[in-house]
Amino acid sequence: MDRVGVVIVGSGQGGAQVAASLRDEGYLEPILLVGEEQELPYQRPPLSKGYLTGKTPTQELALRSEGFYSSRAISLLIGQRGLRIDRAANQLVLESGRTVGYEHLVLATGARPRSLVVPGAELENVMSLRTYTDALAIHDRLQTARNVVVVGAGFIGLEVAVVANAMGRDVHVIEFADRALKRAVSREVGGFLVEALARRGAKFSFSTGISSLIGHNGKVAAILTSAGTTIAADLVVVGVGVQPNAELASEAGLKVDEGIVVDAQLRTSDPLISAIGDCARFPANFCSNLVRLESVQNAVDQARFVAMRLTKKIAADVKYDKLPWFWSDQGEYRLQIAGVCSSDDDVVIRGDISKGKFSVLRFRGESLTAVESINSAADHMAARKLLAEGASVSRSLAADASQKLSTIVHTS
Amino acid sequence: MPQITYVQPSGVRRSIPVAPGATVMLTAVANDIAGIVAECGGAAMCATCHVYVDEKCLSLLPPVSEVENEMLDSAASGRRENSRLACQIAMPAGVEEIVVHIPATQN
Repeated sequence: MDRVGVVIVGSGQGGAQVAASLRDEGYLEPILLVGEEQELPYQRPPLSKGYLTGKTPTQELALRSEGFYSSRAISLLIGQRGLRIDRAANQLVLESGRTVGYEHLVLATGARPRSLVVPGAELENVMSLRTYTDALAIHDRLQTARNVVVVGAGFIGLEVAVVANAMGRDVHVIEFADRALKRAVSREVGGFLVEALARRGAKFSFSTGISSLIGHNGKVAAILTSAGTTIAADLVVVGVGVQPNAELASEAGLKVDEGIVVDAQLRTSDPLISAIGDCARFPANFCSNLVRLESVQNAVDQARFVAMRLTKKIAADVKYDKLPWFWSDQGEYRLQIAGVCSSDDDVVIRGDISKGKFSVLRFRGESLTAVESINSAADHMAARKLLAEGASVSRSLAADASQKLSTIVHTS
Repeated sequence: MPQITYVQPSGVRRSIPVAPGATVMLTAVANDIAGIVAECGGAAMCATCHVYVDEKCLSLLPPVSEVENEMLDSAASGRRENSRLACQIAMPAGVEEIVVHIPATQN
């Protein structure tokens, strides 16, 4: 049996960052990074944006060169799945049967797309988008597709819809909720992006489910909605959320509840095992419940935190408390979000929605909880600073776009 | 062959031969140049690939866009006249060398 210092399961952005940050922090023991996918660790965000349009070539997706890992003595085992954790022996059993002992194990197993559970969901050309392989397949189908149906008006769904629409395809977005991006942003921002895309010819159906997918020769040909409408479709992209990859943890007896449950130091219920990124549910100062976030920032910051904790660069009782931020490319509009709000938080508009350059500030009582910015990078960057510092912001001053957001902090 | 030269805060220099069109950020990442974090992968969303462009090269580059301008204001190491985001600058055709200085911190 091999024995290494830190074993990381999952070679996405979070897993790769743990390995890199451990070396940056001076960690000297062997590191093993195990990943299911065949590629070197790569960026996922471009998969639904520049990669689909062809603007981002494959070779630009890799997070780091192969030499980066070898020069830092990071053993990279790709195309290999972690099968089982033997906690009593501090070992990870790999699919190949190989067993690796660890001093610390980091689970960065990510999440996988939810599938539609309706008749016809298995038809050809019904696709989800998570991996490079998925993106390659959608990219190929988009070249010849005519009628693209996108199921789900979340980030992935809207980004794919924007790309398909820009390629001249007929695009119809079907969403079960009554509006777009309902879990993520205000009605104002969601509505703005939908209107922008609708002006370019995309169709939207809200409060609508999918009853079945209708096939022809094994390929999808149409969808039947819960409203009884049939919509022609030769490509269906499903973006109805993800479920965390928590099986490895739950089968090892670790606490799992809609994600791998971790404490404020990102330790699972076994202190020799940490979990980070899309798969982890952690306590956050902005929410009374545990939260699970799906973002590059969350994966990277949690990875850095665990690396610092394992190398004792931070005290054992320091809590993870980085401010979450997100981005999405929606054609000519850049959406940037700082902070996390509840859906019923108040809305204060800053700037001019009709000019396509504005921010929506979310307040809970007198507290600023989040800022959603469209083509307003300065607001977003100022908001990240204000929210991280917990600065107090006046609603009326914040709405005045003639004043820089960074200069309107209450000093009282 | 044209090259991009990266100067670390310590003064250590490294030159990478590139073809025209290569971005300063991607070239750094592909060649393991320390100090260019590029957390967002080149979308001008994070301002962690901030560099100071050598004054002699500044006029060779296309101007700063509105987005880059707003992001640079928040770079972790203070913005200067010659600040750019490495993901937004590509090697122009016909230029022999671009020299960039890497700031002390990106986060």
